[in-house]
Amino acid sequence: MSEASVVPAPPSRPNVLFEYLLRCGDDRLVLGHRLSEWCGHGPILEEDIALANISLDLLGHSTMFLRLAGEVEGKGRDEDALAYFREAVEFRNCQMVELPVGDFGFTMTRQFLFDAYDIVLLDALSSSTHAELAAIATKALKEARYHIRHSGEWMLKLGDGTEESHRRTQRALDELWRFTPELFTADAIDMELHAAGVAPDLPALRPAWESIVRDVADRATLTIPHAAPRAASTRDGRSGAHTEALGHMLAEMQIVARSHPGASW
Amino acid sequence: MTPIAARDDVLRILDGVMDPEVPVLSVRELGIVRDVIVDDAGAVTVVVTPTYSGCPAIRVIEEDIVAALTNGGIPNARIRTTYAPAWTSDWIPAEAREKLRAAGIAPPESAESGALVQLVRERAAVECPWCGSRDTEVRSEFGSTACKSLCVCRACLQPFELFKSI
Repeated sequence: MSEASVVPAPPSRPNVLFEYLLRCGDDRLVLGHRLSEWCGHGPILEEDIALANISLDLLGHSTMFLRLAGEVEGKGRDEDALAYFREAVEFRNCQMVELPVGDFGFTMTRQFLFDAYDIVLLDALSSSTHAELAAIATKALKEARYHIRHSGEWMLKLGDGTEESHRRTQRALDELWRFTPELFTADAIDMELHAAGVAPDLPALRPAWESIVRDVADRATLTIPHAAPRAASTRDGRSGAHTEALGHMLAEMQIVARSHPGASW
Repeated sequence: MTPIAARDDVLRILDGVMDPEVPVLSVRELGIVRDVIVDDAGAVTVVVTPTYSGCPAIRVIEEDIVAALTNGGIPNARIRTTYAPAWTSDWIPAEAREKLRAAGIAPPESAESGALVQLVRERAAVECPWCGSRDTEVRSEFGSTACKSLCVCRACLQPFELFKSI
């Protein structure tokens, strides 16, 4: 921890880092929950186990980010309070991760697009001036390497597989592409934290992400959609605007904790 | 008044605390215990780091540590979690690797370093912990616990687990 112990200047608005940590935590919480929906439904036993493992890793990453978010907020909310007792409009995940699981091709294409983002972002965050954030990113990156290898291999198998698997994977890529600008659109929070050395320059991460995605897509005989991706609107997941799917997902995810607040077992 | 525990006593007790998911190794051998601090007033703090971020065993491990110390006459030990330096399977010492092998778990390979990810990993064939053959196949990188992969040996036809390297 010696070289990472530089304390960043406190952001001018106290909730900026909290908001940023919610984005990191919520992306992984929501995607982790989506993956867990495959548990017991995987196409083969090994894949069922793999998806549950990746889900668990993402929940672990989410726990670390949300716990730190709660500490930064300083209102006594822990990771469980943040996960189970916020409404959909208070979630800060990108919209891509909340979309329903769809078929296996859709699940895996979304996973691959996110995993590529994950390793590029975590690699950058591991040199954050915020020591705890850097430590979380360094740890999560080790596990995220396993994730992209898994989803990347599946992209090759599905894209360059049968006519049916190719068609479904290409359809997933076409549907998901318009959700990718949100990953790299910086708003005032990103820019302020980037200036403080806490978070990376988000738009500058896109070329590294795109080179991973294009390399795999090419080898998988998949076509990146030609249409220029629409610019993310000012109302996106990062500001609490979500698709209908998130509310339904949260209703299921939060029901037990909300029905029995404070229960332990 | 409880006498002040020596740090060595604490460490000796922790040598007897086994990992619940890899019960042939202690929490010290796995590198989960990073430090033990005994302050002037005798308060004991055990610094731990999780192997995997989502490892469901970490809470059990913390409870087991506190319980073992209490049984050993050191009550009220506190647990502190740290994430830096990030846990790596490279910390597992040679003797512990042999214990893994004896339990039918192939020990971890060297952890990858560097930011770049090789999409298709080139790896030396894993040695079967049962028969020693290298005619083996990694069936899935993800196995029964967060820290293990699923393998199968073509020579002796036995399935086995491989401790993941991170």
